[in-house]
Amino acid sequence: MPSHILSAYDEDLKYLNRRISEMGGLAEQMCGDAVRALVNSDGALAQKVISDDVILDHAEREIQEKAIITIAKRQPMAADLREIIGTLRIAADLERVGDLGKNTAKRVIAVQGTGVPRKLARGLEHLSELALVQLKEVLDVFSSRSVQKAEAIRQRDEEIDAMYTSLFRELLTYMMEDPRNITSCTHLLFCAKNIERIGDHATNIAETIYYIATGAQPEGERPKDDTSNTLGAVAE
Amino acid sequence: MNMMSEAAVEKALDQKMNDVSYKMVGKDVSVYYGEKRALFDVNLNVRENTVTALIGPSGCGKSTFLRCLNRMNDTIESCRVTGRITLDADDIYDPSIDVVELRARVGMVFQKPNPFPKSIYENIAYGPRIHGLARNKADMDQIVEASLQRAGLWNEAKDRLQESGTGLSGGQQQRLCIARAIAVSPEVILMDEPCSALDPIATAKVEELIHELRSNYTIVIVTHSMQQAARVSQRTAMFHLGQLVEENDTDKMFTNPDDQRTQDYIMGRFG
Repeated sequence: MPSHILSAYDEDLKYLNRRISEMGGLAEQMCGDAVRALVNSDGALAQKVISDDVILDHAEREIQEKAIITIAKRQPMAADLREIIGTLRIAADLERVGDLGKNTAKRVIAVQGTGVPRKLARGLEHLSELALVQLKEVLDVFSSRSVQKAEAIRQRDEEIDAMYTSLFRELLTYMMEDPRNITSCTHLLFCAKNIERIGDHATNIAETIYYIATGAQPEGERPKDDTSNTLGAVAE
Repeated sequence: MNMMSEAAVEKALDQKMNDVSYKMVGKDVSVYYGEKRALFDVNLNVRENTVTALIGPSGCGKSTFLRCLNRMNDTIESCRVTGRITLDADDIYDPSIDVVELRARVGMVFQKPNPFPKSIYENIAYGPRIHGLARNKADMDQIVEASLQRAGLWNEAKDRLQESGTGLSGGQQQRLCIARAIAVSPEVILMDEPCSALDPIATAKVEELIHELRSNYTIVIVTHSMQQAARVSQRTAMFHLGQLVEENDTDKMFTNPDDQRTQDYIMGRFG
């Protein structure tokens, strides 16, 4: 796309892009750290995640302010307008991703005493790997603006949902085996849900990128394989 | 059970599309100023009771096209128009057409407010008088009041109808010119950058007026302000180098235009 006649306008847009990439990097790191802290019962790392969230929140506010000023000053049209509105949405998604990381980190302290069974830890790690790959790739797509890749990421959220459902089952089994597991398993269940939500936010971001690039919403329902909402009946 | 089949939906949509009635139809319109060609086979239809905005960089032919619609280009010696333009199916370039009558049906408002150096009352009364629209003074008073009312100028002007029109502020003068255009009950109003000499408040008043006039008139407006085109029009046509690049719903045009040149122009990028 040709550059703007006003070069300062290009600078405004570049600034927004750069800040989104920074936010994305930090959100990704926080979520990785949170799961690592959980699996290794690392209280210090969990604490770091909690304090990093302040930086992320701050970044979102700065992006918002810059976007609003740019809209007021430049009256963006067409692709520029979609870009700025998209930036606002993505910043909000990334801020939520950070919150989910922080919430996971907070639970580290609660499950510290009991320890996480090896098998469950591996499951959680695997789930978070999937979610973080989604997040990382969607941030790459944000730079490359590839519509095909954005579509592909959207299709893949299904894997995370399926993985989450199987972890949900496993946690239920542990709780039924021994009621003393209930406290820690409940916390782990929330952690798993947090991670699954990260995947959803990555999908949101993919949809926003699709919109920025094409001006249309992606077609069809997003694929879902989270059947945990019907699992209560099985457990009874 | 009672759902429409896909084919039926298609048909209904088609019918809806066909419901669009065109007030003016331009077919293969080309304009030459001497040797120089200014418009290249433009096909553009103007919808009834709709505001159509013409946009594009300077020299793109948008004003030239606008001026074809009421044969304003006839006043330029070297200008030649080819193609066909119809108003309600009448060819406006047909020799049998009375140009003065055509311009009463297709009125025009210019960039710079140009009231006659006469009283406010006379500015409005002039057109109806030469067209014989008023039988007596009471009729004329009624036309003057109604026109000023419609142009949103009545309250400001009613106590000074005998004062000179040139004594009004720029924004008031422009609304006076719009009132003057309305006074002869035109069907189409052409506006050539009507707000470019006005401050934001006067601009807002004229835009509000355009919005209100839409229900009774068909309006075509040339504007350099993208925001204005987006605000006041329902259809937008983009011109570039004498050609019609794209014509679309205004909402689509300013969020997701089809043509790259439109995109670059409205976003202020090098094209």
